[in-house]
Amino acid sequence: MNLDVSLKEAILAVVTRNPAKVGGGGCPIFLAQDQEEMEKTALLLARILGGIVHDLENDVFIIVRH
Amino acid sequence: MDNYLIVIVCGIVAGFLARWITLRSDYRHYPTYPHGQLVHLAVGFIAASLGAVAVPAIMKPDFVAVTFLVLAAQQFRDIRNMERETLTRLEETKLIRRGTDYIEGIARVFEARNYLVIITALITSLVVYRWGWPFAFIAGPICIFLSTLLMSGQRLGDIAEVVPGKVHFQGSLLMVEDVIIMNVALPQTKEKILKEGMGVLIKPKNDDARLTLDAPGQRQAIIHDVVSILGSKVDIAEPDLMPLARKQVDKGYLGLFIVANEPDLDYLMEIIRKVPVLESARGTALKSYFGRKAAD
Repeated sequence: MNLDVSLKEAILAVVTRNPAKVGGGGCPIFLAQDQEEMEKTALLLARILGGIVHDLENDVFIIVRH
Repeated sequence: MDNYLIVIVCGIVAGFLARWITLRSDYRHYPTYPHGQLVHLAVGFIAASLGAVAVPAIMKPDFVAVTFLVLAAQQFRDIRNMERETLTRLEETKLIRRGTDYIEGIARVFEARNYLVIITALITSLVVYRWGWPFAFIAGPICIFLSTLLMSGQRLGDIAEVVPGKVHFQGSLLMVEDVIIMNVALPQTKEKILKEGMGVLIKPKNDDARLTLDAPGQRQAIIHDVVSILGSKVDIAEPDLMPLARKQVDKGYLGLFIVANEPDLDYLMEIIRKVPVLESARGTALKSYFGRKAAD
């Protein structure tokens, strides 16, 4: 039996530099100043959460665990 | 009585040898450890004894004994359960999983091999009983040869063409030729993928092959085999470089993407060609009337 409980197929975090594009929901949103900070935050979050960074191609990155 | 002894011994030896020869432990075959092998050799020995004793039991004639033999043969069903359970347990701690289809296939093979051992022992002992022990040296090898021949199933290279595919990005989408694999955001990851990633297209030769490649279990088996030889750069909390096989939905072929520890495209393709076609995934559309009609 697998006792390891974890979220799967769910957005764990959102990283964006355009707050107008996101809002609400049950997911933490991290704001960044520029593209560079966004990438760095996303990378760190992905490593910590064990997820993958996906690009929605509108200045929003999401971190998803598959 | 001496006569029976020779018959039984010949049967057991032939059956045991058959089990030994079919117990291959290469990169993807399980078990890899001496203890696991011992378990199977021991069970194989029991199976060989069962087969070898059957002929003298009938000739004696002792039909009660024969009935018991049939009952004993039932025990070999547990082999499949045992293998399935062990492999399924081991899956939980694997980075790249075998997939249940592959496990089921392996477990079935282990069960089937014991029946082959019984048949080999049975035929050999029958031949020895009828014509004398020197003939064991003919009947035994023939049986063993036939069982290895009959039990080697199709390989992916038989049903599909494997060709190199170019790994590239379309915006944030990772592609192998025209197959979309996944969405990658980070520039570092993209760079690494472009530098070290390998892409391959697996093109089915007919409709049956297309159905086979559709099965996620078959794809997982391909990935598992590739990773177990070439390695992958996936780690526990870093699934970015997960090897994936995705379908070109319109044309039906697969695109496979991997970042391997040993980036050697030629061997990658060769390994994929050698992946066994799983029984549970095998497509049989062309065997049906409508399947053949729809195919043209």
